[in-house]
Amino acid sequence: MEWLLFVPLAVLALATAALVILLRNPIYCALALVGTFFALSGLYLLLQAEFVAVVQVIIYAGAIMVLFLFVIMLLDVGHEPPPWLRQDRPKLVLGLGLVALLVLELAVAIGSWIAPGIRGPYTSDYVNAVGNTQLIGRLLFTEFLIPFEITSIILLIAIVGAMVLARRQ
Amino acid sequence: MTGTVPLNAYLILSAALFAIGVIGVVIRRNALIIFMAIELMLNAVNLTFVAFSKFLGSMDGQIIVFFVMAVAAAEVALGLAIIIALYRNKESVNVDDINLLKG
Repeated sequence: MEWLLFVPLAVLALATAALVILLRNPIYCALALVGTFFALSGLYLLLQAEFVAVVQVIIYAGAIMVLFLFVIMLLDVGHEPPPWLRQDRPKLVLGLGLVALLVLELAVAIGSWIAPGIRGPYTSDYVNAVGNTQLIGRLLFTEFLIPFEITSIILLIAIVGAMVLARRQ
Repeated sequence: MTGTVPLNAYLILSAALFAIGVIGVVIRRNALIIFMAIELMLNAVNLTFVAFSKFLGSMDGQIIVFFVMAVAAAEVALGLAIIIALYRNKESVNVDDINLLKG
């Protein structure tokens, strides 16, 4: 049953991710990225992370992609020539070679990893009994209180910084 | 196709998404698309965090994802502001045209 949900969501995520880097119109790329975010949100639901799934849709698909679309429409960026028509082919081949190396490294890492078998206290039954969002909220305001407060400072600095950077001189 | 999905399936999917993001950064010259590819990589790592959180019975992964999302939002706001400032100066978002720091 889980596979029936996992496989379509995984295929959707990979296909839309490929479209993001292959399509030539930036608007279409942004819309494909929204598809990736929704597929990942579905996968988070499958992993019983309801809070993360909802926040994924609200923040990524909602806020961040709207920001991207605004900027794309604001700047009139136009199309770029496809990668295979570019002049600097040696650099491209070198870059893709490094990517192949990275993929090999990831494959070795995943292949050789052994589950340690150490289980934390948050088993599936316990999380379902208490509630995912409630547990995250409790942890955020106890164990992770200081990082949580620092996050608010980061966001404040980002707001001020964005205003200063994008202001007309 | 029965039974539960193993952790490795999520890890492989996440690695594939991350690799697609890296390829996007390498082959594209449009700063906005490169930025989207970086978002893709952040999301791939988030998937790893949530998968480990489930399979190790720990909540820390999901908390980290929350922080990653907050930092990603800040990063996008600043990055897009920088791209707008660059476009004002250069009339272009092609990263090959942006060489102000080149000696």
